[in-house]
Amino acid sequence: MNHDAYDDNYIRSILNNVKSIAMVGASPVNVRPSYFAFKYLAQRGYDMIPVNPGHVGKALMGKPFVASLADIDRPIDMIDIFRNSSHIMPVVEEALKLSPLPKVIWMQLGARDDAAAEKAESAGLKVVMNRCPKIEYGRLSSEISWMGVNSRTLSSKRAPIPTQGMRLSLNRTSFGGGQTAASDRAAKNKTETT
Amino acid sequence: MTDRLPGFSTLAVHAGAQPDPTTGARATPIYQTTSFVFNDADHAASLFGLQAFGNIYTRIGSPTNAVLEERVAALEGGTAALAVASGHAAQLVVLQQLLKPGDEIIAARKLYGGSINQFTHAFKAFGWNVAWADPDEIESFERAVTPHTKAIFIESIANPAGSITDIEAIAAVARKAGVPLIVDNTLASPYLIKPIDHGADIVVHSLTKFLGGHGNSLGGIIVDAGTFDWSKDNKYPMLSEPRPEYHGIRIQETFGNFAFAIACRVLGLRDLGPALSPFNAFMILTGIETLPLRMQKHCDNAKAVAEFLSTHPAVSAVNYAGLPGDKYNALQRKYAPKGAGAVFTFSLKGGYDAGVNLVSNLKLFSHLANVGDTRSLVIHPASTTHSQLDDAAKVKSGAAPEVVRLSIGIEDKEDLIADLDQALRA
Repeated sequence: MNHDAYDDNYIRSILNNVKSIAMVGASPVNVRPSYFAFKYLAQRGYDMIPVNPGHVGKALMGKPFVASLADIDRPIDMIDIFRNSSHIMPVVEEALKLSPLPKVIWMQLGARDDAAAEKAESAGLKVVMNRCPKIEYGRLSSEISWMGVNSRTLSSKRAPIPTQGMRLSLNRTSFGGGQTAASDRAAKNKTETT
Repeated sequence: MTDRLPGFSTLAVHAGAQPDPTTGARATPIYQTTSFVFNDADHAASLFGLQAFGNIYTRIGSPTNAVLEERVAALEGGTAALAVASGHAAQLVVLQQLLKPGDEIIAARKLYGGSINQFTHAFKAFGWNVAWADPDEIESFERAVTPHTKAIFIESIANPAGSITDIEAIAAVARKAGVPLIVDNTLASPYLIKPIDHGADIVVHSLTKFLGGHGNSLGGIIVDAGTFDWSKDNKYPMLSEPRPEYHGIRIQETFGNFAFAIACRVLGLRDLGPALSPFNAFMILTGIETLPLRMQKHCDNAKAVAEFLSTHPAVSAVNYAGLPGDKYNALQRKYAPKGAGAVFTFSLKGGYDAGVNLVSNLKLFSHLANVGDTRSLVIHPASTTHSQLDDAAKVKSGAAPEVVRLSIGIEDKEDLIADLDQALRA
């Protein structure tokens, strides 16, 4: 898997197929990105589980916080990790002890741990790094186009009017891969300077 | 389902637009409304807090403008875009995100005269300083870098003489200095040059020119390449620091590789106010659908006119990068192989007076201060757009007294040549 540039179909199949998402590092503070990614994904119909030992006893959009992945009482399809790159590995190790195994490890925008990714992939999991599922969902559905963002998709079909709790179609025609050429170049420049 | 890359002309027609969800309208509707109803209080709070995608108020965004934004972002290969009221507004909003009082930009000396005025006078009043560099001498950009430098600004095809800038060489200077490269791509349009492919971090346009293309609507746009790391060394606090306007959100952390476009919208456009009318956005979108057809015709006509002028007895010199002997011909073949654009200058043996006479004798060319119209246009920069510069600065910016600027339209080239010929002989 090329973790610098994901094919849209890879991201699309993940977001089309997962139903339950445990968000590690979910925050109840409503200006944190994890809070609004959680809220958005819940509104699009995913079964969201907030994981954060610091907030056990509280709830996020009616969903009670759990302290760890092991405390979740049902199978989890995807683990969305809202932690810095240096805190990814222990979460992945914990995820790999679950039964049944989750299908996807997703590391948030800014987070990347290639060793943890390799470990998860060798156990048969799909991995996405340095992406936001809210942004990707909004992009593939073109909902994010309302912000002038290049969804890199086209459609000549009439779109449904998005409402709360509604799943949107992610199956538009993509042009280009998971990243623009420019983003690839940025990633490359970053590698060259480090 | 196959992912294949549509061509430029397909994107020019389709990118960003799909049938209207409510009515099924196939053309993009003009949402001529100031504001948009919220679903409920929570939805309103989410929109104001930048937590949900959606519309609030047309100063901040409009569904019509959003189609234009996505289309230009797609054509330029950027991650996102923001449409504003004019090209000048685009420059203002971009620099507001990057500069504090006492900071500097390095700008190419060969720029649209209006940009030179904006940078020299209006921005100076904000405490934003400009250091001028010569695009024909890359080292002059390197020499201009100081600890206060926050960006480098160039035009891909430079006004007024249509000279071609070595974008990659200047991008290398910007990267070394750790600052973004801003490219004004107005005269090339993405049909001829895609600056992001050559290292630009931000692209700006006056949409008024070739993108809109019909001389009927003002507009500007900012395209985010998604390439620059704004949080690297705290040089760009608008993007890297918690924003008090939005309860402490950090823009880059939250929006990733389209953070700059979001900052321009929610910190720039929201607070400075130069919003684009949805009607203008509609007119410009309609223009963009035919950009590839028009731009090729503009270039083909311009080349024919430049060839004609280069052999005319009243003409002492023609500056058109598409001519084989031109100083910028090698750069044109590298950066803009489909054509050298349609804006160029030529010099008259008769000097300043001959320039004034030519303008008054032309019958088909319109004498006005615009470029990139379907109609052919003419101006004598020394007595108009560049008249506020002193003589030395006029020469340096390519607007010496004997120089006439043309913007070649999409009429029949034989008619343009005949009009110039009669005016030069009159």
